[in-house]
Amino acid sequence: MGAHHHGPAKGLSRWLFTTNHKDIGTMYLWFSFAMFILGGSFAMIIRAELFQPGMQLVDPAFFNQMTTLHGLVMVFGAIMPSFVGLANWMIPMMIGAPDMALPRMNNWSFWILPPAFLILASTLFMEGGAPAFGWTFYAPLSTTYAPPSVTYFIFSIHVLGLSSIMGSINIIATVMNMRAPGMTYMKMPLFVWTWLITAFLLVAVMPVLAGAVTMMLMDVHFGTSFFSAAGGGDPVLFQHIFWFFGHPEVYIIILPAFGVVSQIIPTFARKPLFGYDSMVYATASIAFLSFVVWAHHMYTVGMPVAGELFFMYATMLIAVPTGVKVFNWVTTMWRGAMTFETPMLFCMGFLVLFTIGGFTGLMLSIAPADFQYHDSYFVVAHFHYVMVAGAVFSMSAAIYYWLPKWCGRMYNEAMGKTHFWISFIGFNIAFFPQHFVGLAGMPRRIPDYALQFADFNMLSSIGAFIYGASQILFLYNVIATIVAGKPTSDEKTWDGAEGLEWTVATPAPYHTFETPPRVK
Amino acid sequence: MLLKANRLFKLALGPVLMLLSLASAGALAAGSKVNQVNMSPGVTDVGQNIYDLHMLIFWICVIIGALVFGVMFYSIYYHRKSRGVTPATFHESTKVEIAWTVVPFLILIGMAVPATSTLLEIYDFDDAEMDILITGYQWKWKYEYLNADGENVSFFSNLRTPQSEVYNTEAKGEHYLLEVDEPVVIPVDTKVRFLVTANDVIHSWWVPELAVKKDAIPGFINETWTKATVEGVYRGQCAELCGKDHGFMPVVVNVVSKEEYADWMAVKKSEAAEIRELMAQTFTMDELMARGKAVYERNCLACHGANGEGGVGTAIAGSAIATGEVGGHLEVGINGVPGTAMQAFGGQINDVEMAAVITYQRNAFGNNMGDMIQPIDVYNHKRG
Repeated sequence: MGAHHHGPAKGLSRWLFTTNHKDIGTMYLWFSFAMFILGGSFAMIIRAELFQPGMQLVDPAFFNQMTTLHGLVMVFGAIMPSFVGLANWMIPMMIGAPDMALPRMNNWSFWILPPAFLILASTLFMEGGAPAFGWTFYAPLSTTYAPPSVTYFIFSIHVLGLSSIMGSINIIATVMNMRAPGMTYMKMPLFVWTWLITAFLLVAVMPVLAGAVTMMLMDVHFGTSFFSAAGGGDPVLFQHIFWFFGHPEVYIIILPAFGVVSQIIPTFARKPLFGYDSMVYATASIAFLSFVVWAHHMYTVGMPVAGELFFMYATMLIAVPTGVKVFNWVTTMWRGAMTFETPMLFCMGFLVLFTIGGFTGLMLSIAPADFQYHDSYFVVAHFHYVMVAGAVFSMSAAIYYWLPKWCGRMYNEAMGKTHFWISFIGFNIAFFPQHFVGLAGMPRRIPDYALQFADFNMLSSIGAFIYGASQILFLYNVIATIVAGKPTSDEKTWDGAEGLEWTVATPAPYHTFETPPRVK
Repeated sequence: MLLKANRLFKLALGPVLMLLSLASAGALAAGSKVNQVNMSPGVTDVGQNIYDLHMLIFWICVIIGALVFGVMFYSIYYHRKSRGVTPATFHESTKVEIAWTVVPFLILIGMAVPATSTLLEIYDFDDAEMDILITGYQWKWKYEYLNADGENVSFFSNLRTPQSEVYNTEAKGEHYLLEVDEPVVIPVDTKVRFLVTANDVIHSWWVPELAVKKDAIPGFINETWTKATVEGVYRGQCAELCGKDHGFMPVVVNVVSKEEYADWMAVKKSEAAEIRELMAQTFTMDELMARGKAVYERNCLACHGANGEGGVGTAIAGSAIATGEVGGHLEVGINGVPGTAMQAFGGQINDVEMAAVITYQRNAFGNNMGDMIQPIDVYNHKRG
């Protein structure tokens, strides 16, 4: 070790001023977990109110604030930052780089996040309450009819967008410039590939979101009428702009999850990933298609039939590359020699449940059928299958998979498996019945419902409580591992694992790859 | 107890029931059922086509799912390390990749064909026999029959479920949250065109059994249509989040025989004539108070409270407006307060109702102003 090698600074300043990708990754991960708990507790309030018909715990206005904040916190606070945290930790270690390309910007992109969410959460205590117009904040409910706190919401979204853009630029710069000698693009681990593509999506669409909220700001405070027909504007314009951001956004959430699963399945199948090249092309195709399908969220707004047909066909096409991915994962397992440690279990859960979410997605793409599904609980079930069982399950898999490498301690396998099974069962009890009530005609975002939906809603709430409780076990397991897990110094935690991150010492030293490795 | 056990049993069997109910497709009667697990084909041809499309894709998904999960679980069982297998090393095959790109593509084309024809059918607005203008308000629907003779009939349709049922002080009725004071009535076997718009925020008019869902967008008019083939009462709800009481603005459609419809329309027209007559009348205090109480409960109570104590809206009991001069009070009632949840009720309730409710507010809840407002006063205020 040379004299210039140094460990982390001590105390608070280590975290405040750090430019180390591992520290920043750790902060992102803890922050996103805190947001996951916050957004989860909002969900618990929602499910508690929906436990029975009738209003019991909260009033309808507060219920709307809960659904809105639940969505915003989960999407922007929990899922997105968690994958950025993972990218920070893993991308440099996977491509043999000493750190991220732009370390000071990295520090910034994390540290503007907590204030943004503090502002968003503080709206709960403001006159008129927090935003209550849904995470999709359709105008004019979010402009002319919004509570005064909408201004703080807009500011918070601006800051979140800034953070995401900076984070993405950093990832693009790192992947393009800092790969170790011999690490060609087509040798990069799939997690790096999916993140590179995700980062391009983010840079492309985050400014569009910023534009949407800026137009809202103008409408609310400066007398413009972008989204008001009374002044010559159009409320539907808002939806076009929002979903031009919003649809790529769902792939921003799911593509890194695809990357994680593509790393983990080969490890536990002890067999290389099947169809690496086609996985890369499929990811790129999904990203491309995500820009031309946005209006499938808007089949009922009264588009001309030609528009409906275009968006229907384009949306159906997404099933092709997504199918290729699922087939590749299953074929990777075929004739492998599998074991089922916790990360693999979560990936199996992902594969089954994400595929179900994909099927309902295909059903939703069919415009005439969507006239019945749209804005019903069927949609709620669909996107929780892809968001929770897709993104959150793969994130859980990733944590169990790399945690021993990060902290040099092994987690408790039995507890991990228990976490998986409780999550899996709780999740399905919570969300499977929502398909039924949706098809039977229950609209989403309602605080109270007709009596024929009562039993399935009660079941759904019970499942949600089980799923929520299982996350406490997750938190406990992670902390217990970091504090007192069984020490391990194996470079390879998993015998089937491949990749540069498994060539460094365990626990991963503060600085890795100060001299670049050579990739054959 | 037995009933409870039976219901739990049904719940556990939900997925199985779903499959079973598919077998008896089309046999569903009107109205969504307790623990219904699948889409209803409803009572229109379009609804049946949508249902068939839904089932077609459902079964395609089930088959693909069975194949994918079948291979996956076979692999999970037989290709485990604990069975002492050695992993294979193959990791690519262009032929296989092409196959599973092309085959799904062909399946998609198979889906797109019926989907396109159903969509074109839904978008065929020609030959509608009657038009109804539907306007979404926070949080009620207004229906206006655009009759060929120019004598339009319009009314508001409000949630009828009392607050006491919502807040659990009274047992909930059979159609809890899906009942209105005045349903929209349409004739059977008639192509009815709906023109859908909104007055404030975006709403969405949805009746599953009629296979109609269309967003109601302020400033724009969307069109959609239905042709119900079975008489009955069909219930739906607003589907687009529209603020606080989004969950409390149901839709009820009565599909009746053509004769019944004609009778109903005749009654509505004579009612409209009656109201025109009432407009010219002068009422006593007791009459105004009685009418006003009913109007208050239907339109004001949700925000201003049963005793004028306020809630979402400001308190009316002892308020400066309700105890101030009449003109100011009428102004708020008729034109609302811009930028707040207080809507302009001038276009929503008629002049008789407005006169009655303003009188009521000024003389109830301890506001003993003693003054009476007559329909002519409302009329004059509107005229400026």
